Amino acid sequence: MTVSRDLPAVAPAPGRTDYAALVREDRVHRSVYTEQHIFDEEMVKVFGGRSWVYLAHESQLPEPNSFRSVRMGLRPVIVTRDRRGDLHAVFNRCSHRAATLCREESGTAKSFQCPYHGWTFRNTGELVGTPWPKGFGPSFDKSEHGLHKVARVESYRGFVFGTLNESAPSVVDWLGPAAGWLDYWVDRAPGGEVVVRSAAHRMGYRGNWKLAYDNAGDGYHPAFSHRSLLEMASRMGDAKDMAYFGRSPDEGPMRTYMLGNGHSVIDQRPNYDGPGSFWANQRPQPGREWFEEKIRAEHGADADRLLDLTIGSQINLSIFPNLLVIGNQIQVIEPLGVDRTQLTWHATTIGGVPPEVNTMRMRTQEDFPAFGEPDDQANFEEVQRGLAAPEAEWVLMNRGLDVPGWQEVGPDGVVSSTATDELHMRRYYAAWLEMMSEGTAR
Amino acid sequence: MSRRTPAEYADTSSWSYHVDDRFYAELARQSALLREDWPDAGVAEIVEAQSFLAREARLVDVGRFNDWLEQFTDDCLYWVPVTAGAGDPTVEVSHAFDDRRRLTDRVYWLRTGLAFSQIPASRTRRLIGNVETTVDPVTDERLIRSTFVVHELRAGVTKTYPGWYGHVLRRTGDGWRIKLKQVNLLESDQIHENLTLVF
Repeated sequence: MTVSRDLPAVAPAPGRTDYAALVREDRVHRSVYTEQHIFDEEMVKVFGGRSWVYLAHESQLPEPNSFRSVRMGLRPVIVTRDRRGDLHAVFNRCSHRAATLCREESGTAKSFQCPYHGWTFRNTGELVGTPWPKGFGPSFDKSEHGLHKVARVESYRGFVFGTLNESAPSVVDWLGPAAGWLDYWVDRAPGGEVVVRSAAHRMGYRGNWKLAYDNAGDGYHPAFSHRSLLEMASRMGDAKDMAYFGRSPDEGPMRTYMLGNGHSVIDQRPNYDGPGSFWANQRPQPGREWFEEKIRAEHGADADRLLDLTIGSQINLSIFPNLLVIGNQIQVIEPLGVDRTQLTWHATTIGGVPPEVNTMRMRTQEDFPAFGEPDDQANFEEVQRGLAAPEAEWVLMNRGLDVPGWQEVGPDGVVSSTATDELHMRRYYAAWLEMMSEGTAR
Repeated sequence: MSRRTPAEYADTSSWSYHVDDRFYAELARQSALLREDWPDAGVAEIVEAQSFLAREARLVDVGRFNDWLEQFTDDCLYWVPVTAGAGDPTVEVSHAFDDRRRLTDRVYWLRTGLAFSQIPASRTRRLIGNVETTVDPVTDERLIRSTFVVHELRAGVTKTYPGWYGHVLRRTGDGWRIKLKQVNLLESDQIHENLTLVF
């Protein structure tokens, strides 16, 4: 029998990680994908500690006193509207003994009562009641025991973000040039009315959350990762949407734009030419032929616009760290553990169009989650397996680095490059490094 | 098949003219019917239904996807809803909403040898029970509902998918063919890793 000794009350803190040594200009160290202590620090610093993170879409909070349960990193959070309709976000964690208060995904509530001991809080966080209050001594002050609040909650064009940093810049300043790309995406909908539907593809993979962010801005992978989809699409002869990734993509007209703070966008629109082109190039959805005939018969010159609205936006907009606006979907990266991630694809309908346009949008939004994304996520899992080799220390992100003629600065100061440049990774890792190094002398 | 389908769209593995507003209305009607109380069926009907389901299950479990595809009618739907209770496919996405063309795509995709999410391919084996059957009073088609457990092994990981099937079968000269296969996963709206297996 071994004799166990008392452990120290506090485990010795690991030495401060020298993050600058892990992120170089052309490569990043494997440990940022594999180490638990780095993940733990990311969940504090990257996911809302200093910067903004995406929480929800306003259409998911449709009326006064609506609420929605989400995660902010690993923190359980309730996003709420108060009785006037203003947005708030509070930790879903009773200030008494830590139980979650709200165990439903969404609904309406003016207050939340903890199911454990009955403490009751307004949907703005204030503690309003404790059962049998005489049991608390005279020093007990209810105003000190409200729910932990997300310091600031701001919305841009329906996209709701939160931060724990009181002195963060406004969301619109933090988005910078990314705001204009969100405008394009929202303004495709007549009147800008976008509605997130309740059914979502909640996809999980056994890999680090950053593998999804790496890939979202990667115009190099489609020709290989999505060969099954491209092959399937040519079953009936002509190549379809995304085939242009496979045709010498370095020389193609697609560009990737660096939008600051780790944000970027790939613009696929230069591959298309004029109204009706998005529609014409989409892999065939159920009901396509009947739908097109009906729309053309009933809407004449406006038909091409309506047909295109059933197809994705042809931009891949990445808002660091957890929002990906791709196609007609709003994707949210939800880290579950250092090597486990949920990627939720929220499908959207839009206002101001005939109902069958939204039905066709549903059929289009089932295509990539079925025949594209699973192959991506299989590769993410295999990356995570590959990363288990400690001696092979580096992940490269050097494509396009120092290649003459690739990167250029636009009149607005935005740096762009060919879509197969790994500039997206290099830029967002610079933002990541800045966040992770906060509080350390550099 | 819709009476209105023009001749050039008759091949539903290539064209999808017939998935129109009436198709969705009929789907909603039969989806509701699959959830109603049914009278007891006779032994012969139950045995016939069980035999059909067992044969279909075996075709999928041994990977004979082309043969499986042949079990479906030209105007079929293979439907795996996301929303618990199936929801409304006109405003909600599904895991699969496959008409004949999309189902042909799916089988083709599985067989490209390039789908990395199916390399290695899923090994599956399923149990089907609680079989009930009746007749659709409007169309005279055969309705079957059953409970399943699909076991899957892929890339060293075993997973279990419980749920229930709703089948609508039509009698043809070659025996029963599947007009609708609705796959109601117990965890349809929850997180799933690599949902590329065939249910």
